[in-house]
Parts: sequence; C-alpha cells; structure tokens
Amino acid sequence: MISFNTISDIIKITREESVTFSDVIITYETHSQQKPRTEIIADMYGNWDVMKTAIVNGLQTSEKSFSGLTGGDAVRLNAHAGKSLLGYAAGTAEAAAVAVAERNAAMGRIVACPTAGSCGILPAVLYALQLWHDNISDEQIVLSMFTAAGIGMVIEQNACIAGAEGGCQAECGTAAAMSAGAAVDLMGGTPDMIADAAALALKNLLGLVCDPVAGLVEVPCVKRNGFDAVHALVAADMALAGVHSVIPVDEVIDAMSRIGSALPTSLRETAMGGLATTSTGQAAAKKILTMA
Amino acid sequence: MHGVFDIIGPVMIGPSSSHTAGAVRLGRMAFKILGEPAVKAEISLSGSFAKTGRGHGTDKALIAGIMGFLPDDERIRNALEIAKRHGLDYSFESVNIRDAHPNTAKIYLIGVTGRTAKLIGASIGGGNIRVTNIDGYDVDITGQYPVLVTIHRDRPGVITQVTSILAKYEVNIAFMHVSRQSRGETAMMIMELDETPTDEVVEACQEVYEVRKAFSIPAVL
Repeated sequence: MISFNTISDIIKITREESVTFSDVIITYETHSQQKPRTEIIADMYGNWDVMKTAIVNGLQTSEKSFSGLTGGDAVRLNAHAGKSLLGYAAGTAEAAAVAVAERNAAMGRIVACPTAGSCGILPAVLYALQLWHDNISDEQIVLSMFTAAGIGMVIEQNACIAGAEGGCQAECGTAAAMSAGAAVDLMGGTPDMIADAAALALKNLLGLVCDPVAGLVEVPCVKRNGFDAVHALVAADMALAGVHSVIPVDEVIDAMSRIGSALPTSLRETAMGGLATTSTGQAAAKKILTMA
Repeated sequence: MHGVFDIIGPVMIGPSSSHTAGAVRLGRMAFKILGEPAVKAEISLSGSFAKTGRGHGTDKALIAGIMGFLPDDERIRNALEIAKRHGLDYSFESVNIRDAHPNTAKIYLIGVTGRTAKLIGASIGGGNIRVTNIDGYDVDITGQYPVLVTIHRDRPGVITQVTSILAKYEVNIAFMHVSRQSRGETAMMIMELDETPTDEVVEACQEVYEVRKAFSIPAVL
C-alpha cells in the first residue's frame, strides 16, 4: 500500500519506484478505492469532459448570473484573446478560466477543483496548453490531472482548501499550485520541477483573502480565476526554466496553513470585510437581498 | 487523506458546494425519508442559507433535491418552474435556529398519499451534509451511508433483536445512534450501514414485537 503525506514523500516514491508523479497518485487511488486503474482513469476522463464542455459553453454565452454581478466577460476575453498582450496561450487561459467561473456563477455544470469558487483555473490551463501546443493528447491531459490532484490532496491534508478556513489562498492558491504542477508535468518537467512550480504558484498567492461581495461566488472570484490561470502558467514557466523555490513546497503549504489561521474571520468568506464592505459592495448586497 | 475525486470533483451545478450542491443533497435526503413524491414543501432557512441563499440558488437546489434530482443535474436552475408544473406547492421562510450551523434548513414535506416527513439538516462544506433531526428525533446522519431506522418502544432487548437480524443477513453497522423522547416511551435507533439493507431485512426488523416502524434511507452522496 502506497502512502504519502507531503509532496516530498511523493517525489521520494517516484525515485525509489522509477515511476512518474501521476503514477504515484493513480496507484494510491486504485488502492484506496479498490478499483482497477482503467476505471480510475476513465473517471478522470469524465471530469475532463465536463470541464471542456463548461469552457466551450462559457465562451459562447453572455448569460448573467441571478444577481447580475457577473456574466459576459468570457465572451469579451475570447474575442480579445488573439490580441492578448501576453500571447495566445495566456489570452486563451484568461478567457477559459472566466468562462468556467461564469458558468458556475450562473448555475451551470462544473467540476469543483478544488472548490466551486476556483473551478476555472485548472481546466483553463490545460485547455490553453492543449490548444496552443502540438501533440498534447487528452490522455496526457488526464494523467496530468492526477498530478494536480496529488498536489491538492497534500494541501488539504496539511493546510486547507476552504475559503472559510484559510481565505482565498486556500482555494485559488491551491488551484494555481495544482495547475502549475500539472502544466509542468504536461510539458515533460521532472517531479522536482512539479514541486517547484507548485511552491512558486502558492507562495505568490499567500495571504489572499476571501471577501466576496454579498457572500456570493462572483466578485472578485470570477475574474480572479482568469488572473490565477495565467499566474499558474508563469509559475510553470519559471519551474521549466530551472528556477527553484527557495522555500520548499511542503514548507510553503505549512506557511499557508498558518497564515490562514491568522486571518481575521471578516476575511474568511463571511462577507464582513474587504471588498464586501465597500460602499459599492454593500449596495449590491442590499439590492440582491430584495430581488424577487 | 481524501481521495483524488474529492479534490478534482464533484461534478456539480454551481455556484457553491455548500449553498447549492449540499442543499440539493439535503432536499434529496428529505425526499428519501418521505419515500414518495412530495406535493407540499415548507422550508425554513437559517443563518447564511437565509442571508445568501437566493443568490446561491439554495431555494432551487433544495426543491430540486426534494424532486429527487442529483447535485449535477442541469435542471436545478429551473427547479422552481418544474415544481410548479409537477404540482409541488412550496414555501420558504427565514428563521433563526439558535446554536444551529450557519447553513441550516428545516424541511417539512407532505407526500402524494398524505405521508409526512420532517428534517433538520445543515450543509457543512464541500457539498457534505449533516442531518440532525428526523421527525422530532435527534440524529446525526451524513448521507454517505445507507441508513436503517427503527422507531420502537424504549424497552430492554430491542436493540439486540434488531442487530441480530442484521448479523443474520450479514449487514455490517458502521455507526449507530439511539435516542428517545422519554423513558419507556418511543425511541429511535439509527444505524448507518456498509451496504443498503434489502426489503427482507427491513421487514424482519419491522416484525420485531416492540418495533413500531422500520425503514431504510439510501445513501444520498
């Protein structure tokens, strides 16, 4: 029975057993679910299908959410993607992440990843890489999703993934770390590079608070998915270039946990601070409460 | 440690795992307890459910669950219209349930044959739920396991008789809870099981002399 509690545990297993990062996670899951490998991989294919459908639908619809706070920006970003200042891949990632997050806000079908609030980041990164790089198969994408899941599992185990517990760094920070690791894996990076990418992505989102307007998963969440998809790509770029994180990923995760506990309740998904208590935020909340 | 599909998953209808997906599961639990289509639903929302429920579609999610939908059903967004078409009469009110979890709902259902079910439960994060009261009895059910419930007279030996039936049919009890309204009166036993009990098992429990009612609730997750 394979077991791990940290990213360095996973890397140690990849060395000892001469297997890939995603192999470790797949083997763990086959043991814990008592299901064959093919079935576990098929289940992940199912998630990738839902993600792609959410992106494609989201890029085509300007439907507003019930509150009217979000909806329509994915279409704008998609039209602009070809002229993106950051290039096509980043432009696509921005649009796709906002597309999924807008579907979520408008009661569309999504995959929580790791949460509903951060559901756009991983699909967008994978979709953009597949669109703008030759020869990335769905199978490779699905395998890289196990790498992403492994990173998320370790973060949930040693810190948290809920905004109510650790602020947005726990949701979008985790999603960015997962996505950066998956991107490196997809581009053929080593397990150490995967760990560096996750560390770099999470480190740069430490302290991010959860202060949603009216308590809804919309402002600033939807656009933040767009930002953090690109953020994950930057972290992956750094790791692939051979940049190391001075602080190892497991220590960054520990720091995230401690920062989360130190955040005041008002900045942990209670809508009692930050953007939620701006005059515009409060006016929006008041309006939504009286909507028919 | 949680599994791969707790991190990448579940597939769900947005926007919030606790306000939407968890709310569908609470509604589904009430539907399973009722055991037949509902014609009337009276729902009281407390805490954050009451405050941000509209924007999160908590009302639609609860009604969808009461109609038996799953958390990834795309019809959830139209659940209120579908309910009206199917003759499910519903009402919502905001209440303040003291010491309750911030995302708590009280659901009262009347079914097509006049049966009723009452449930109090909370959505505790990540789409997970905890049901704390069924028909006035304190319980603690997560919906992750199938449940066998007996309502019986509070007498020595009833628990042994019921559990020996489970032993005979080789059904394993994962968690178990017994409560009563007062000594010697009506008691309730909740057993969370590793597998769904067959009708035969439920009927055998029903035949135990002191048992007034035995029924099972399938897992809702």
